Amino acid sequence: MPRRSSLDSLSQVLARIFLLLAVATALLLLVGLFLKSRPILMRVSLWELFSGDSWRPLRGEFGFFPFILSTVVVTLIALLLAVPPCLLAAVYLSEYSSRRLQQSFRPILEVLAAIPSVIYGLWGVLIIVPLTRTVGGWLGHANSGYTLIAGGMVLAIMVVPFIISLSMEVLLAVPAEARLTALALGCTRWETTRHVVVRHAQRGFFAAVLLGFSRAFGETIAVMMVIGNVAKTPRSLFDPAYTLPALIANNYGEMMSIPLYDSAIMLAALILMVIIIAVNLIAHRILGKLEIR
Amino acid sequence: MNRRNEEKLAIGLMRLSLYGVVLILAAIMAVIVVKGFSAMSWSMITQTPKGGFYLGKEGGVANAIVGSIYLAGGATFLSLLISVPLAFALQKEYSSGRLTYYSRLALDVLWGTPSIVYGAFGFIIMMMIGLRSSLLAGIITLALLVTPIMTRAMEEIIRMAPQELKETACALGLTRLESSSTVILRQTIGGLLTAVMLAFSRAIGDAASILFTAGFSDHMPGSLLDPVASLPLAVFFQISTPIVEVQQRAYASALILFIIVLLLSLLSRWIYLKFSQNVIK
Repeated sequence: MPRRSSLDSLSQVLARIFLLLAVATALLLLVGLFLKSRPILMRVSLWELFSGDSWRPLRGEFGFFPFILSTVVVTLIALLLAVPPCLLAAVYLSEYSSRRLQQSFRPILEVLAAIPSVIYGLWGVLIIVPLTRTVGGWLGHANSGYTLIAGGMVLAIMVVPFIISLSMEVLLAVPAEARLTALALGCTRWETTRHVVVRHAQRGFFAAVLLGFSRAFGETIAVMMVIGNVAKTPRSLFDPAYTLPALIANNYGEMMSIPLYDSAIMLAALILMVIIIAVNLIAHRILGKLEIR
Repeated sequence: MNRRNEEKLAIGLMRLSLYGVVLILAAIMAVIVVKGFSAMSWSMITQTPKGGFYLGKEGGVANAIVGSIYLAGGATFLSLLISVPLAFALQKEYSSGRLTYYSRLALDVLWGTPSIVYGAFGFIIMMMIGLRSSLLAGIITLALLVTPIMTRAMEEIIRMAPQELKETACALGLTRLESSSTVILRQTIGGLLTAVMLAFSRAIGDAASILFTAGFSDHMPGSLLDPVASLPLAVFFQISTPIVEVQQRAYASALILFIIVLLLSLLSRWIYLKFSQNVIK
């Protein structure tokens, strides 16, 4: 008997160690990135870094504005394109479709979410880039096809499975009683959906969109393949752009030889991380309150 | 507009969205499959790159296929060693108040961290300990990426095990450790294995985190300390060249990767059914 209970206490100790390990890893990640980006933060003010729009590492000019702007715009385009159809589709699947359609959709979404981003990127190069070139030409914006809007379109497609499956979870968490009550009061199905179900799900939808935002904000390879990677502030949607993740990916092989360059790249990673953490924590807080994880 | 017409309009819009989404996603698969098949050959799967491969000459991506499997397999194994205990430690049986709260928070943070940031972080660590781009560095970085994913999936599966089962085990005099390692483990093993598969398929498809930690090579992976090729990066490098024959290879490589991911998800379903025989509902 004492042996069994001491084994159990041992497992309690081990559990604590593993919990600590998770906390330590997160801290290490943040502190590590911060320490690495400190040299540039000491030399140049934050305001200068964020508002400067000239990126010439050899001359010691590190303006992050074009990258931050590109990343934000590309993410917003993606959400603008993806969110409305995703929410409509999720509502249809959860409120109107047959159980069978709903059930068969789930594995499809899972597979789609598992498709590697490089495949979406390849598809973007094959389809979206030529499309952008042609349409841009019609509209009088001659371009190479590798543009901000192309990045936004590829990203939009990538977040679709993610947002639909999260929104469906949110809709599933709406209590059945709420629907039944509305129907019993004589609402049509649509009125129930619109005034009761969607209202219940509003905050959850918001959280799903936030998580979609953070997913898109950090996406690297697919965006990098279609956005052109030109370190200049884009003037229109048909200009090439350069996102923060792409900046990191394109540079961290060669950054060691130029002073402050590696620090600047790590700062890019830190900015990315801080924004994503903030957005994620808000989203998780909302989902936690709705008892969805 | 009366209420019936509004409903009709709304349903129309929703159907349109759903079919639109399905259509686009089907178009992606169709393009990848058609383009990939027309560029596929046996030598793509069975050979390593020969001289002039990146100019359109002989060879295949066998080294990248094997490299990807090593990378994802190693990362999944490493992450398994942390995720299983961590997932049990997060249950309320082992709750340690504040510490549990903070480690959940930490996991949320790590779960959302983009893979490029893990890549950069892995690179810092490599520099610190004097490791160069290698299979080992790639495995460690990928393990960092998939551990939060695997842990979260496992934690949820264990939490969803019926409360009565846990209570029954407790009433029979089992300690937490005993009930976790026998009753609960048996109940949830199918789900836990799908979490493992999920992590593996995430690891095999990720490119950003291994771009500089695993490097790339034209040979079959040798030792843990040598650079290693991987499929996502093979696709990425091949499509970036201006040579048409090499771009064709990107299509074939992408199709191989796509088929692997598809097979993994089928396998995961099969495993789930196979190992869910002891489940008490």
